[in-house]
Amino acid sequence: MTTETRYKRADFQSNQEVKWCPGCGDYTILASVQSFLAELDVDREKHVFVSGIGCASRFPYYVNTFGMHSIHGRAPAIATGVALANPELTVWVITGDGDGLSIGGNHLIHALRRNVNLKILLFNNQIYGLTKGQYSPTSEVGKKTKTSPLGSIDWPFNPVSLALGTEATFVARTIDMDRPHTTEMLRAAYSHKGTAFIEIYQNCNVFNDKAFQLLTGRQERDHNRIYLEAGKPIVFGPDDEMGVTVGIDGAKIVKVADVGLDAIAIHDPAKPNPGVAFLLSRLSHGPTGPTPIGVFRQVERETYGERMMGQIETAKERNSSNSIADLVKQHGTWTVE
Amino acid sequence: MQEETLSPPKPPEQRDRVVIRFAGDSGDGMQLAGTRFTETSAAFGNDLATFPSFPAEIRAPQGTLAGVSSFQVHIADWDILTHGDEADVLVAMNPAALKANLRDVVPGGLILANEDAFDDRNLEKAGYESNPLTDNSLRGYHVMTAPMEKLTKLAVADTGVKGRSVLRSKNFFALGLISWMFNRPTESILEWVDQKFGADNPVGRANIEAFRAGFNFGNTTEEFHHTYEIAPAKLPEGTYTNITGNQALAWGLLAAAKAAGLTLFLGSYPITPATSILEEVSRLKHFGVKTFQAEDEIAGVGVSLGAAFAGHLAVTTTSGPGVALKSETLSLALATELPLILVDVQRAGPSTGLPTKVEQSDLMMALFGRHGEAPLPVIAASSPSDAFEVAMEAARLALKYMTPVILLSDGYLANGAEPWRVPDLDAIPKWDIAHTTEPNGPDGEFFPYLRDEETGARPWAIPGTPGLEHRVGGLEKAALTGNVSYDPDNHEMMTEARAAKIAGIANDIPEVEVHGSKDADVLVVSWGSTFGGVRAGVNNANNTGYSAAHVHVRYLNPLPRNLGDILRRYDKILVPELNRGQLAYVLRAEYLVPAITLSKVQGAPFMSAEITKKIIELAEDKS
Repeated sequence: MTTETRYKRADFQSNQEVKWCPGCGDYTILASVQSFLAELDVDREKHVFVSGIGCASRFPYYVNTFGMHSIHGRAPAIATGVALANPELTVWVITGDGDGLSIGGNHLIHALRRNVNLKILLFNNQIYGLTKGQYSPTSEVGKKTKTSPLGSIDWPFNPVSLALGTEATFVARTIDMDRPHTTEMLRAAYSHKGTAFIEIYQNCNVFNDKAFQLLTGRQERDHNRIYLEAGKPIVFGPDDEMGVTVGIDGAKIVKVADVGLDAIAIHDPAKPNPGVAFLLSRLSHGPTGPTPIGVFRQVERETYGERMMGQIETAKERNSSNSIADLVKQHGTWTVE
Repeated sequence: MQEETLSPPKPPEQRDRVVIRFAGDSGDGMQLAGTRFTETSAAFGNDLATFPSFPAEIRAPQGTLAGVSSFQVHIADWDILTHGDEADVLVAMNPAALKANLRDVVPGGLILANEDAFDDRNLEKAGYESNPLTDNSLRGYHVMTAPMEKLTKLAVADTGVKGRSVLRSKNFFALGLISWMFNRPTESILEWVDQKFGADNPVGRANIEAFRAGFNFGNTTEEFHHTYEIAPAKLPEGTYTNITGNQALAWGLLAAAKAAGLTLFLGSYPITPATSILEEVSRLKHFGVKTFQAEDEIAGVGVSLGAAFAGHLAVTTTSGPGVALKSETLSLALATELPLILVDVQRAGPSTGLPTKVEQSDLMMALFGRHGEAPLPVIAASSPSDAFEVAMEAARLALKYMTPVILLSDGYLANGAEPWRVPDLDAIPKWDIAHTTEPNGPDGEFFPYLRDEETGARPWAIPGTPGLEHRVGGLEKAALTGNVSYDPDNHEMMTEARAAKIAGIANDIPEVEVHGSKDADVLVVSWGSTFGGVRAGVNNANNTGYSAAHVHVRYLNPLPRNLGDILRRYDKILVPELNRGQLAYVLRAEYLVPAITLSKVQGAPFMSAEITKKIIELAEDKS
């Protein structure tokens, strides 16, 4: 779905040479984002991209909007300051699995729970790319890298589960190669009021090639992509022959024929309780099997910025003085003559 | 007050000054008693200076030395510089308070003890083998005792407070007794209790009854035959308020934001002794200020940097351990050349150190504690009220030069109070600060790193400004465009440009002034909160026939342009610091002068006598 606007993708391309490795999934994501921005009829100067450190974090340099390439892990904090300073801006956070989940894990979870108006895109390639191939907090157990020659012994994060655990108001997952789906997720995130978190499976063709083969390979993808769509039964497979049931012991993959379509879970991202969304996020860990993509959770909650401005307005109603002299007077003064 | 029970007043003895220290358990309410005494003295018109001192634990074990909390206040009828080297009066609420504070009481001073607390158990906890109130070991002092707990219990019997709450009011008994002894007006204290607790609140009534009981006890007891009067000080005309350093800082930041026409943004994480700045600014929301209590120190400075990028006057407040965590973001602020104020309310370190005690040991970290070549302006407050001006000055430099600035305060200034002659706060002139709104290059191009010829500052073009879209970041930037550049010559040029910008601030700050003679035997150089004690010490030396001069340095980087010439005029340069000699190290390196360190790291400010003694020692050493 593209609409005519005053912008073209080229309007969001900066004059800087893009320096990711040839074949990197980041190129596709950059193209998806730039095209999406052109599709929006929003002033270019109203967008701010804030990133941390890592391959993904070079992103702001390539987008012709306002941007800051900041410090490893700190982008959610810095972006929070930008968003709170000017609520009219759309503030995008570009981060990766190392930046957002390792060194910056603390800022990420707090940004998510606060519901600051941020659009957080976490490029998950399950490897450290910029430092040339060490295991990351999303690498699978047993992964052999330069710093884990005998295999990683770190239990990995599932980023969607983590985000749901913080009660983030918008949590989604998409895949770099699937541009229409990526765009759909960007559109949903953009329209969401508050923190929107999108995990993007991104292929690092140099240090972790084909990590998402099950979801991107021509042979495998139809059997393994579970598209989550609000109000629809969660079915997948070339002929929708597979489905997901949700019960007290978790979400399970079943043959639709075995249980009947009525037993298949209907996806409802607007459930106030993130519990079912969390169960869905546990269907795969890696991904090593059929994996849900789409919007896991989208609920309404006042944003941090709205509450902050609300308190300021209330304070002004209660005390209309804008005089520091009055403030001192209230503190108590005396006069020497 | 039950006037009919009062005996005819005896004429009070006039004193020009007195130093009173309230000391007790950290749960005894000594800070409150001291603060109320201070406020009523301020309203009465005395000059004053205070020194609160308390343990890091909220409630350390009762009755122990570790749990002693004290509040010293110096009141005078003249313009004083310090909280007083030694206490003339010590109010000791228990044996531990006596033991911990006795060494700071002037010989012959008055000790007013709560005799009820001097039982075997408390004596043992404080490490006394016998009762000092009765074993004659205090013969060098004037000792007076009162059964404060017994009388407080009787006084509050009808107020409705019960159980353990009954004795909570004993600080008000002590306050009442001291207020009687020093002829303090009582109305403001009683009014404060009413306002704080509400007129009908049992706790408020108990405090008032205990206060009256203490006041009347002084008046009716033979032992307390004597009262003192300290007349109002002859301070310059004007309106005064009593202010702590942290409060002054908060107000100064607000005043700076108003002068600059910007929104004040404070992103912080609670840390002793800086927390009360965040608390104070948080209650100023009606001025439109934004405060953000972050998840950690790093996020505190991070949100502030983001707010600075988006155009606010951004500040983060912390103490030493927090500065260490914020250091990486300071370097980013420096590389992106965005205005940001970091307030370091120093405390004794390293690590958690003595978190409630004063030290000046973060100077080196402020000057040099960043990765890469990362110079930035560093300025320090010299007194609680000076913190107001220094906060404004930090903001002025940050905004004018597009740079992070470190403002150094410390635990002594943070909590210490003094009267502040309030300037006309609604007449502070507006600063010429504006976000860039127009392209600055030919053909409508925008160069985010095109420097102002005079200041070296780059333009401040904030997100939301059409046509000025640009990217900043931690990677080295090409001059003018700000695009990423790995060019070696560009890196050297940018490093020099950043350094030159900060060094150039020397032409925009006042020269230092010498207090005292050009030919003095000793020049004393100080910075930060030691100003009062050092100035008093220098004056004492001059008054006793020695010759000393004093220079106090507010700007630690860049240093004032005339400082080198002044230092070279003197044979002996003494640098007293509450650290191991950090400014002295800088002066020796910068000016090749033989600066001598007087170091103190006891978690307490200098006494003026310590300064005088060292001056005399140097003056008499003719080698």
